[in-house]
Amino acid sequence: MSQATRSVLLHSFVIALLVVMFFVLPEYHSGNLARILVLAVFAMGYNVLFGYTGLLSLGHALFFASGMYGLGLSIQFMQASPMLAMIIGLITAVVVSCVIGFLALRTTGVAFMIVTLMFAQAGFLTVLFFGKYTRGDEGFVIQRAQRSMFGFDLSQPFPRYFAALVLFSICLFLIAWLVHSRFGKTLVAIRENEQRARMLGYDVQRHKLVAVIISGTMSGAAGAAYALLFGYAGASFAAVQYSILPLLYVLLGGAGTTIGPLIGTVFMFYLIDISSEYTEAYMLIAGLVLILLTLFAPHGIAGLVRKKLVWLP
Amino acid sequence: MDFGPYLFVASLEGAITAAVLALTAVGLSIVFGIMRVVNVAHGEFFMLGAVIAWWITSLIAGHPALGFTVALVAAPIIVGVIAVVCNRLVLHKIDYEPERTIVATIGLLYVIQQTTLMTFGPEARPVEAPFNQRIALPWFEFGESGFALTWPWGLSTTTYKLAVIVAAIVILLILWLVMTRTKIGLIMRATQLDQEMAQAHGIAVGRVYALVFGLGAALAALGAVLVVPIQQAHYLMGGDPLLLSFIVVIIGGLGSVLGTVVAAILIGMSDGIISVFFTPTLAKILATLLVAFVLIFKPDGLFGKRRE
Amino acid sequence: MSIISTRGLSKHYSGLRAVNDVDFDLPEGQVRALIGPNGAGKTTFVGMLSGRIKSTSGSVSFLDTDVTELPAHKRMSMGMAYTFQITSVFANLSVHENVALAARRAIKGPAPVVNDKVMAVLEQVYLADRTGQIAGDLSYGHQRLLEIGMGLAQSPKLFILDEPTQGLSAAEVDGFIQLVKVLSENTTILLIEHNMDVVMQTAHYITVLNFGETLAEGTPEEIKSNAEVQTAYLGST
Ligand SMILES: Nc1ncnc2c1ncn2[C@@H]1O[C@H](COP(=O)(O)OP(=O)(O)OP(=O)(O)O)[C@@H](O)[C@H]1O
Ligand SMILES: [Mg+2]
Repeated sequence: MSQATRSVLLHSFVIALLVVMFFVLPEYHSGNLARILVLAVFAMGYNVLFGYTGLLSLGHALFFASGMYGLGLSIQFMQASPMLAMIIGLITAVVVSCVIGFLALRTTGVAFMIVTLMFAQAGFLTVLFFGKYTRGDEGFVIQRAQRSMFGFDLSQPFPRYFAALVLFSICLFLIAWLVHSRFGKTLVAIRENEQRARMLGYDVQRHKLVAVIISGTMSGAAGAAYALLFGYAGASFAAVQYSILPLLYVLLGGAGTTIGPLIGTVFMFYLIDISSEYTEAYMLIAGLVLILLTLFAPHGIAGLVRKKLVWLP
Repeated sequence: MDFGPYLFVASLEGAITAAVLALTAVGLSIVFGIMRVVNVAHGEFFMLGAVIAWWITSLIAGHPALGFTVALVAAPIIVGVIAVVCNRLVLHKIDYEPERTIVATIGLLYVIQQTTLMTFGPEARPVEAPFNQRIALPWFEFGESGFALTWPWGLSTTTYKLAVIVAAIVILLILWLVMTRTKIGLIMRATQLDQEMAQAHGIAVGRVYALVFGLGAALAALGAVLVVPIQQAHYLMGGDPLLLSFIVVIIGGLGSVLGTVVAAILIGMSDGIISVFFTPTLAKILATLLVAFVLIFKPDGLFGKRRE
Repeated sequence: MSIISTRGLSKHYSGLRAVNDVDFDLPEGQVRALIGPNGAGKTTFVGMLSGRIKSTSGSVSFLDTDVTELPAHKRMSMGMAYTFQITSVFANLSVHENVALAARRAIKGPAPVVNDKVMAVLEQVYLADRTGQIAGDLSYGHQRLLEIGMGLAQSPKLFILDEPTQGLSAAEVDGFIQLVKVLSENTTILLIEHNMDVVMQTAHYITVLNFGETLAEGTPEEIKSNAEVQTAYLGST
């Protein structure tokens, strides 16, 4: 079987499994799974940059929030239809990632991490600063009436789950295709040895910029979808914690693998969900997992599996 | 109050911010300068210093000065030891690899902060100052009778606030003496210049790193103990010092202690004065953008010289 | 006609003149050896030809175009290839993918075309039976060969090799000499080399660099009999 066929089979299987899950799982868990799918899209976007290009951003909350507020504010203040609002959310994310990419990519390594962190922090503070419109930390609710698309009421469990799944599937196949494309292979080359990639004649800087834009836009799509499907936009989604979470999902699931982000998101979501039943200090778990991963499993769960199955995309 | 006296008070408050910031940021700066790692958990060591100071003072009965003096000595030591343990269990194990260290210290940040939330609780708790007399401050005016000193209402500070500024200066001077005049300081500077050379000359780099990491955390804790009678202890109080220290260290030139102190004074003073003109949120937006742009366009700091 | 030439090319590192005021012309089709003692500035010089190192002053022109301000990747896509003195392969990727990355950039064709090129190159550098291996697991000599293969895969007009035979076994060195002879039929080659056997057997012409300046230029025979070169370099080895 060729690499490409295997990849299509594997990803189709994952999606089929997710379809079945909706009907098998109790409502509480299928509701969670809808959230997980959207967050996994966020993680997949993060993975394009971190896992495939080797650039560690600490500011992806900015892209997530760009999509979220692009959509949320245009519904709130322009009475935009969900479709139009979605497009505005995506455009916002594209613009923000172009600007951030253009600026931040002048730095590398640790400086890149700090610069992205600072830009995201500035974005978070900007959301607070315009509290009159964004309602700051408190956030605002998007009414049910404004959340139906193609006649589906996205506040209902069934349409909501499948809308999340459609977005997830599109992104999953997009990434699976990307990984096998010339472009994706060049990103991996840059991750592995930037200097060598440049001396092979690749325009490293341009590739990185496109990677930031793809990554930022996918993260923005997740943010927009999150606001639309769950009817809420708030400043906490722009805060540092939402820059750390995708890193955590990807590290846990396995950086540079197509399904690693989903695996990581499922595990981390439930770890936090379960621990928050016992203590309000649930981010303790996130901290411990981060430390343990850097210490013992830098390649994550999918990385461990890949040691057995080398063909895993 | 008139504008002049108002600005005077603002700069006094700024001087306190600057003093505490200088201690905290120098801690971050020596860790970066010598170990070449960015410690994102630095603000949590600051927070631990304040929380432990509250804990110690609440244990010791009698005059507040007694408990505070014990806290001033013990809290930084305890925090230093905690940092050394973190260094041993985590940073050392990942070989101080820059990017993994950042990820790991983000983990430490959450662990320390959330553990404090579980034990200390979500409330803000005050620590009583060892002494706290109000001092009225004079202002000058050119009235009809010429130059005159007046004591405008509200223009005052406290003895404790002045003591914080003096204490920070003394501590920084001691640190400077240690770094330049003692063998330990020499060893640290040698390690900073060339880690491999230091190793070749028989310096136990691992131990120097542990010491430096502990010292960096202790300096943050010291700053926190000094400021906690003015500010109260809270489990989330580490965020602002972290951001400000970052700003200061980056603007002062990564790893340059002198640059850090100068930048701390500049930023601390202007923080007090800027907040007269801008809302705190806008001030913070400008500050974070400043850090980003300095790193992008002037990576050796505003005062640093270009290296090749 | 010169494929590449420099005028007054210099690189100064805070006082140290690594390369100083070098005029250099390499005619198309020639195999040129660049020799000189350690620290003479050879790597720095070819670094400036390839754009990897920014020059302090002077100019470089390649294929009759002034490329002094062009970044390295643009020069590579104009038809240069460069191998590093310190082996620099994609250590975590397979041997096949290493060469494919080089081939893909140069050949814009579909996957099977790229694959044919990769297999042909791996044949040439004696690595055809190791396509699936992870590059980092190869022996040092094989990694050097892989590095050369990555250059070949780009079918360059000008191929710059920085000490390619360092660390190769005697048999592999012989293979390399044969390879250069075959390649020289349609590629201009600039070769930094300490192994005088390789130089004498392959080079049409030699440039000697010393303390960042051109000490001598000439045919292998001329260089062998040049007294200055003897004292500066050949005598010392
Ligand atoms: N980045 C740098 N900074 C400072 N000096 C440098 C730098 N790179 C090279 N040099 C110095 O420039 C001089 C020329 O170095 P270069 O590597 O070009 O020599 P070389 O001829 O290739 O030597 P070798 O035969 O050892 O490879 C040397 O003295 C070297 O120390
Ligand atoms: Mg060299």
